[in-house]
Amino acid sequence: MRYIEPHAHMVSRTTDDYQQLALAGCEAVCEPAFWAGFDRSSAAGFHDYFRQLTEYEPQRAARFGIKHFCWLCINPKEADDPGFAREVMSLIPQFLACPTVLGIGEIGLNKNTRNELAIFEEHVQLALDHDLPVLIHTPHLEDKLKGTRLILAALANFSRLDRAKVIIDHVEEHTVAAVLDAGYWAGMTLYPHSKCSLDRAIDILEIHGPERLWMNSACDWGVSDPLAVPKCALQMKARRHSAAAIERLIYQNPRDFLSQSPRFVLGAQ
Amino acid sequence: MPSKQDILDLQFIAARHQLIDLAAFFDRLDRHPGPADFRLEALRAALPILLADRPDRACGVLEALSDHTTEPIAQASMQGACGAWEKNGKQKAES
Repeated sequence: MRYIEPHAHMVSRTTDDYQQLALAGCEAVCEPAFWAGFDRSSAAGFHDYFRQLTEYEPQRAARFGIKHFCWLCINPKEADDPGFAREVMSLIPQFLACPTVLGIGEIGLNKNTRNELAIFEEHVQLALDHDLPVLIHTPHLEDKLKGTRLILAALANFSRLDRAKVIIDHVEEHTVAAVLDAGYWAGMTLYPHSKCSLDRAIDILEIHGPERLWMNSACDWGVSDPLAVPKCALQMKARRHSAAAIERLIYQNPRDFLSQSPRFVLGAQ
Repeated sequence: MPSKQDILDLQFIAARHQLIDLAAFFDRLDRHPGPADFRLEALRAALPILLADRPDRACGVLEALSDHTTEPIAQASMQGACGAWEKNGKQKAES
């Protein structure tokens, strides 16, 4: 079984996890820029992090035959200080020439503050200026519904935005319809306790269909499972989804979206 | 497509386990001293949704636990989320 892991924070995972991903059939892993588990103290910290995403992680993944790609931004948790956020954002263009950078992400909202929203909008403009896809984080738990609505309203103000090049991640039952109805891609995150379970993700697939849908583990510093995607594929099989349907969700859909970046190159289909 | 019987065969034991675990959680809260907070009330308020005759109970529970205000806030008092919305709490939006 081959699959693509479209959202995993491998900087927070041990090398054993790459080995496990490879054993499970992972061909590519995509890593959005995110929070370090603490607030970085300087823009230089982000510069080093961007180097880690563009230089070290691709090498670590390649040891197991996995292609590693990344997205760049200042994450929503650290975006509430606009001056600092803009200083970090000024670093991004120099990394856009790196061969594994796909686009801008994971931008979005955390606590739905005005500053977070302003920096989110500036990131969207940055993506437009460079014709890049966008990967968006929706807030956690009780903040997700409001944050998703604010994000959708903000995106609607960008008339030149190609909605097919935008994925709004971490959708759940109360946000997925609005995201899909607006023409964006929707990502389901298989994360214990605070996001979708394997069965709920399959329910969402069955209700809304496979168009513009992907799933991911978003494995990170927290208790999370880097093998959540292949495990969900097994559960899809138990629920009598066909091999073709499973392949579409865990391989072809992410490949279709990510291939909108010319940098996303795998082997022959 | 699997039938209801197929889904029951596949997942009844897991659902039973989750139900008992939730019941035990409420028992555990009763056994421990001190006041609860808005999170317990939020859970209690969401429980009837499970028995409602509607096809989107999961959506209903998530909405019941969500912040329904519409304006961005000036400043957050914390970075994390807690799982339920406190209507008159610190995170309310500024009018």
